[in-house]
Amino acid sequence: MSKLYVVRDARSAVRVLDGEAMVMSGRDSTLFSLNKTATIIWQAADGQTSLDEIVGSQVCQEYDVEYASALQDAENMARELAGHGILQISEQPISQARTLAGESR
Amino acid sequence: MPHLATEVDCFSLVIEIGGIPIRVNTASQEFLRTLQVRYAGFIGSQDGTWDSLPQMEFDVELSDAGFGNPEAGVKVSQTDGIWHMQRGDFHAEWEPKTRHGKIRQSANPYSIDAILRIVHTLALARQGGMLLHAASAIHHGNACVFAGVSGAGKTTISRLAPHDVTLLTDEISYVRKIDSGYVCFGTPFTGELAKLGENVSGPLEAVYLLAQGPENKIEPVPVPDAVRSVLANVLFFAEDPELVRQVFHSVCELVDRVPVSRLTFVPDSRVWEMIR
Repeated sequence: MSKLYVVRDARSAVRVLDGEAMVMSGRDSTLFSLNKTATIIWQAADGQTSLDEIVGSQVCQEYDVEYASALQDAENMARELAGHGILQISEQPISQARTLAGESR
Repeated sequence: MPHLATEVDCFSLVIEIGGIPIRVNTASQEFLRTLQVRYAGFIGSQDGTWDSLPQMEFDVELSDAGFGNPEAGVKVSQTDGIWHMQRGDFHAEWEPKTRHGKIRQSANPYSIDAILRIVHTLALARQGGMLLHAASAIHHGNACVFAGVSGAGKTTISRLAPHDVTLLTDEISYVRKIDSGYVCFGTPFTGELAKLGENVSGPLEAVYLLAQGPENKIEPVPVPDAVRSVLANVLFFAEDPELVRQVFHSVCELVDRVPVSRLTFVPDSRVWEMIR
């Protein structure tokens, strides 16, 4: 399977409260709340680090989960968030300059 | 030789809501009197003897031509640093840089009321504050906000307030971020109670999301739900992605600093015994 790269949408606004991210879509102002695992992936989604690296180095370090299962869940989540326009996914690294969402605190 | 130009009398008043004085200029003395009655208790001094001089100024031109249904949707957008506000019953523009604006509307005071709400939402958005679809009151020196959609109980809880409670509004609450805290101000924006709020302010200590039910109870609200619920009650009209993001951050910060609870209540006065 090819690597997947993820990056936050620059038009979206994000705020992490109690370890969980609230993301407002820049496309239609829809509000999404991410659980702690999704928040870890969101925060690491810099376009340069592949999803399997994020899962291996951060999700599996934080939680006692099986790697293959966690990666599959992460890919599903990434594709769902991409469908809502708050995350971009690509099989190639993605330039950060035009895509990273600004985060306050 | 006859005069080529006629000098038109100009009447002014200052409407101060949320501690933000706005001067309104009109050629109609009758309209001025209408505003004096409509905003009684929120009229500031003309000569700056209050704490601050007017922060904005609007020239109002009254006209019935070209206006139709006041219920037509409001549109607020910005071009070249000038905000344009439009509804079926008014056209207005405001340039924050010069603090000056123009309004063209019929003599209906509800038109300028809508414009003032819009202008205040724009001013507050930059400062971390907001207008909320909520009742609010000062109780034991602290302000509480009671947010909810129509029918949730804003007017009911306002009616049930005991005598030692100062009602700030039964419909539109005015929240400003001042230093590291939040202050809630009285507003003249009324709901079913049709009673102007008191023009006073107090530190915001609690936000309650209203629901009516079979018993009185206060429950904590998870942070995502609190953000979602408060955001749903923010009045904001501008089609401006940057300001929308700013409002989102402001709501998150408010939720981070002020406790948000769900207040389910039976419609009788005992509910106020639970509110700190």
